[in-house]
Amino acid sequence: MTVHGTKLTVALGILLASSTASFAVTEISWWHAMPGANGEVVQELTKEFNESQSEYKVVPVFKGTYPEALNAGIAAFRAKQAPDILQVFDAGTGVMMGAEGAIKPVADILSMGETKFDKSLYLPGIVSYYSKPDGTMLSFPYNSSSPILYYNKDIFKKAGLDENTPPKTWPEVWEAAKKIKTSGAANCGYTTAWLTWIHTENYAAWNDITWGSNENGIGGVDVELKINSPLFVKHFQELADLAKDGTFRYGGRTSEAKQLFTSGECGIYNDSSGGLGDIIKSGMNYGTGQLPYEPEAKNAPQNTIPGGASLWVFAGKSDEQYKGVAAFFNFLSKTEIQSKLHQVSGYLPVTLAAYEATKKSGFYEKNPAREIPIKQMMGKAPTENSKGVRLVNLPQVRDIQNEEYENMLAGKQTAQQALDNAVERGNAAIKQAIGQ
Amino acid sequence: MASSTRVTFPNKFLPYLLLAPQLAITAIFFYWPASQAIQQSVLREDPFGLSTQFVGLGNFKRVLNDPNYLNSLQVTVIFSIATALIAMAFALLLAVMADKVIRGKGVYRTLLIWPYAVAPAIAGMLWLFLFNPSMGTLAYLLRSTGYNWDPLLNSDQAMLLVVAAASWKQISYNFLFFVAGLQAIPKSLIEAAAIDGAGEMKRFWTIVFPLLAPTTFFLLVVNTVYAFFDTFGIIHAVTGGGPGKATETLVYKVYNDGFVNLILGDSAAQSVILMVIVIAMTAVQFRYVERKVHYG
Repeated sequence: MTVHGTKLTVALGILLASSTASFAVTEISWWHAMPGANGEVVQELTKEFNESQSEYKVVPVFKGTYPEALNAGIAAFRAKQAPDILQVFDAGTGVMMGAEGAIKPVADILSMGETKFDKSLYLPGIVSYYSKPDGTMLSFPYNSSSPILYYNKDIFKKAGLDENTPPKTWPEVWEAAKKIKTSGAANCGYTTAWLTWIHTENYAAWNDITWGSNENGIGGVDVELKINSPLFVKHFQELADLAKDGTFRYGGRTSEAKQLFTSGECGIYNDSSGGLGDIIKSGMNYGTGQLPYEPEAKNAPQNTIPGGASLWVFAGKSDEQYKGVAAFFNFLSKTEIQSKLHQVSGYLPVTLAAYEATKKSGFYEKNPAREIPIKQMMGKAPTENSKGVRLVNLPQVRDIQNEEYENMLAGKQTAQQALDNAVERGNAAIKQAIGQ
Repeated sequence: MASSTRVTFPNKFLPYLLLAPQLAITAIFFYWPASQAIQQSVLREDPFGLSTQFVGLGNFKRVLNDPNYLNSLQVTVIFSIATALIAMAFALLLAVMADKVIRGKGVYRTLLIWPYAVAPAIAGMLWLFLFNPSMGTLAYLLRSTGYNWDPLLNSDQAMLLVVAAASWKQISYNFLFFVAGLQAIPKSLIEAAAIDGAGEMKRFWTIVFPLLAPTTFFLLVVNTVYAFFDTFGIIHAVTGGGPGKATETLVYKVYNDGFVNLILGDSAAQSVILMVIVIAMTAVQFRYVERKVHYG
């Protein structure tokens, strides 16, 4: 049926090409890495866009996890089969920025569309993260998120904790986690997604301590990691100690631990605000709070840094395709689409108008969880520790950290040793990647 | 005798024509990628292939001086020996037992061969569903007995899990060959030994096992190659090489450095080294081990 339909369209297109110019539908391929609830949003959005006009058709293709989608995109580029749009996660931003000849800046593309590109419409914290040092916006911030705290209200009640007050600082989290464990309210008190993104990169920004030199890589590619300074060591030693009796349980390198939380195994959980969709879907009685901070850090809480992913456009496509991409990005920037995306998925709205509209509608009063990441990111003007984290090989450096953290949690080394190793190995990897 | 009855082709080109499809497949799927790997291994390139630099043997030097590479070599040796031994021992036991079954032989055999039809990644997922500490059914039971089952952090448990999954998948294949091997052993030999008063164990070790040697040797080669190369899907699904680098085999490291870390030169150098290892291993096996095999 569909084959017939396509053939017919093609045939008609050829037939009419001579008389009416651009009748044929231009297909825009979009490779993404959104599973579960967020994948459904991708399907809905593209469907809505395709039905809203007849010139372009966006075809979304699910390519696996974030790193898998990035690799698929790179491999396809090398084979000269690159998709038009590729969703790349935060850690891949540096990789894409390093490949100037391979990509086309989104700022250029959006100027090709019917509407002119106005950077000031977008949330500044997010736009600056996806821009070159000279301010050119390179990719389109599709799903930006920030880490927040989730907790199970039923478990809190059982443990005798106040279900309406989420713990605010790390000492409070540990206290609550121990209480959950010792009272038998759950098998484990605390678990977390992303030890790298949440407990290393955002931990640094939120507590205003240095993650790496050169403004964490925003100022230049030559970076030396600083994650073995005393506050990091203290934090990771606390995690290692809590892991010994199972008060803290490790779930995996990315967001595998979500299952430990939704199944009721653990009472408190840190994850991206984008993880909200699945938590709602599980039907559990949950509460949310800000990312915890260290009370002893002078400027904490500072601001968190954007995670999630952005959409990159490959170079070497036809003008027709770029116009289609521009139309699609303009569609995504529409206030009603952004508001919907934000309210359904838990990702941040990328335009200020969408944030204002959502606020006005009274949505945040009923769903305070959705405003937490925005407030976290926009609360204070960023310092050089909190603009973001960027490396040409951030995925590799995160893997090195993960390996050292796992060996630490298994009791093979102390937090000091783990972080010293991570710094030493990470620095060597960065040097190699930038060709020194 | 043999030479006089050998079939010869009257046409000179026909044999080449008949060989052509196989040669084409070998050229496209082996020589071409292999030559690309060799070329890539002497280059330094950015992930997108926008700038390329010739570095000679620099990549090899770096790989061989990397302690992680030696770790991965060690992991591979342990993993391969364990997988090959377990898969072959269990298969032999099952084959000998299935050979004794009188009724319903076919059913037993079919059921035992089934797991071979499962793709490596799926096999990995099956084991993961059973033993993943967050969601695994059996993992839950293990933990509720008080045993600290946590392959996400405990490297020995992680290794145990991948070895179990990898050998489970290979048992069926080995079983098939052992059953065939057992059928080829003349019953009269075993009966004669029985009449002479040899017990069951004695008959197995002095008659059956030596006569199975060609099969065992063949399977040893196949299983080693399997453990080296075909287990990527299982490791990827079950542990992803972790915890730390505890289950990162050589093949997994090639993938990790090339596709995750995007260091193509190092990754290509590793695959060239891997190619050399396999060629050497196969040569040694056929040259020295085969001599000792009794082909009956």
